[in-house]
Amino acid sequence: MTYDTLIIGAGLSGLAAGVRLAYYEKKVCILERHTTIGGLNSFYRLRGHNHDVGLHAVTNWRPPGSKTGPLSKLLRQLRLKWEDFDLAPQFGSAVAFPDVRLRFTNDFVVLEQDVADKFPSQADGFRRFAAHLDELDLFDADPNEISARQVAGEFISDPLLVEMLFCPVLFYGSPTPNDCDVRQFAILFKALYREGFGRPRAGVRPILKALTRQYKSLGGELRLRAGVKRLLQDGQRITGVELDSGETIEAKNVLSSAGSAETANMLDGPNVDWPGGRPEPGVLSFVESISMMDCEPKDLGLNDTIVFFNDSPTFRYEPPTEPVDVCSGIVCVPNNYHYDRPLDDARVRMTALANSAYWFGLPEEDYVCEKAAWFERMADAACRFLATDFRPHATDLDLFTPRTITRFTGHTNGCVYGAPRKWRDGRTPLDNLYICGTDQGYLGIVGAMLSGVSIANAHLLRD
Amino acid sequence: MTRDDIRQVILDILERIAPDEDLSNITDDVPFREQLELDSMDFLDIVMELRKRYRVQIPEDDYEHLATMQGTVNYLEPKLKDVVK
Repeated sequence: MTYDTLIIGAGLSGLAAGVRLAYYEKKVCILERHTTIGGLNSFYRLRGHNHDVGLHAVTNWRPPGSKTGPLSKLLRQLRLKWEDFDLAPQFGSAVAFPDVRLRFTNDFVVLEQDVADKFPSQADGFRRFAAHLDELDLFDADPNEISARQVAGEFISDPLLVEMLFCPVLFYGSPTPNDCDVRQFAILFKALYREGFGRPRAGVRPILKALTRQYKSLGGELRLRAGVKRLLQDGQRITGVELDSGETIEAKNVLSSAGSAETANMLDGPNVDWPGGRPEPGVLSFVESISMMDCEPKDLGLNDTIVFFNDSPTFRYEPPTEPVDVCSGIVCVPNNYHYDRPLDDARVRMTALANSAYWFGLPEEDYVCEKAAWFERMADAACRFLATDFRPHATDLDLFTPRTITRFTGHTNGCVYGAPRKWRDGRTPLDNLYICGTDQGYLGIVGAMLSGVSIANAHLLRD
Repeated sequence: MTRDDIRQVILDILERIAPDEDLSNITDDVPFREQLELDSMDFLDIVMELRKRYRVQIPEDDYEHLATMQGTVNYLEPKLKDVVK
């Protein structure tokens, strides 16, 4: 039997693509190497608690019933309802630098006003910058990139404000150090600041479940523990895949969410001429900690949903030379969303840039101990920007590193936002091999799903 | 199918694609775009839904006929006349 499309990876992008293909009666199968779905936005259970990896917040929040914006577009395309994701809006978030703090919520006016208060001379420039970003064609597939910093500099003259605006944006999706393409920036700017943050009460699980339920009810097949070892190549075409088990499956098309470099490594046929050279994996990765708490964080004065902090006027977003970059980071309190009832447990999550090579090279006997030591340094740094040190109320800790990310997602270097070079139209040099997910280029939870949907629509539904 | 049947089919499809839209006041000779929040992805879906339900193939060059309800019904009438509702 030959499938219309095989999808590599049961993350958000692969599942969303699968829903579209199955809905239009394509014979489709998703192949996932891991024992569970989710990829970079997965979940796990440890010592009695359910945890998310990835997701701090679903960006692109809109009130239920909104007719415009990426979230509404996505729900329509997937034939899902607002209740399927059931996003609760955030309390409010902040960017904290040494002497200045900017607050943002799901109401853009709050940020505009805070910029006007803290940077009076920049208020007009900020508004014009935001308006300029609104007018850009975000889905322009032109591979030439334009520096977002350069564009920001044309509107905002105070470098501190630029740094503060870039900090959350880069942290939540830039695949490139210190700067990103202006389209990418505009997508993230809207997703974070204009639309804002929401979260399902049970984290990423209900989103993945809604996708999987929809996919399977439409006849889509999902195989776990089915890693693709090789793409079977016949000249410029893929004829199918070979799994880790040796089993082969034939397909008319393959859509890979495994990453462009990772996908290139699966090819075993004659040399493929990748425009711009063979794809390289990204290098930006993170460590993330989850501290279980014995009380609601807001009872300790931790009222923000997410705090992006940086301890100097300049924000460096690059792989650190130290194991973890403790100059900056993200603190996320999943309890701080307007749920219909409080969460059953409380936690504080921290994220910081990490040096992948260090964590990969660490001998096993040092790994646990180094994780614990770097957690303390991260928390020391973060707590300077919080109302209080949360650690005395922490009852349990888990910490994951780039090594963990690679182990569970297959992404080289523990890379979270994909390679710097994006394949925006989803095409590869091979006729029937397509890319979706982080290396296609739409990021975030909603972006990841739109990536799968767009590439499926563009290439895999029309025949 | 009669013209009325076809009109109802389009409304069903729009309801499915855009469940948050109010479809009760559609004016048949005004473009959908001016009455509903529909983008190119949604238009592709109308075409795909018609293909899925009635096996009607609509080439890309003909999409312009689908701008209004009236245009869509005119365009589909000969294609669906022998289809049983």
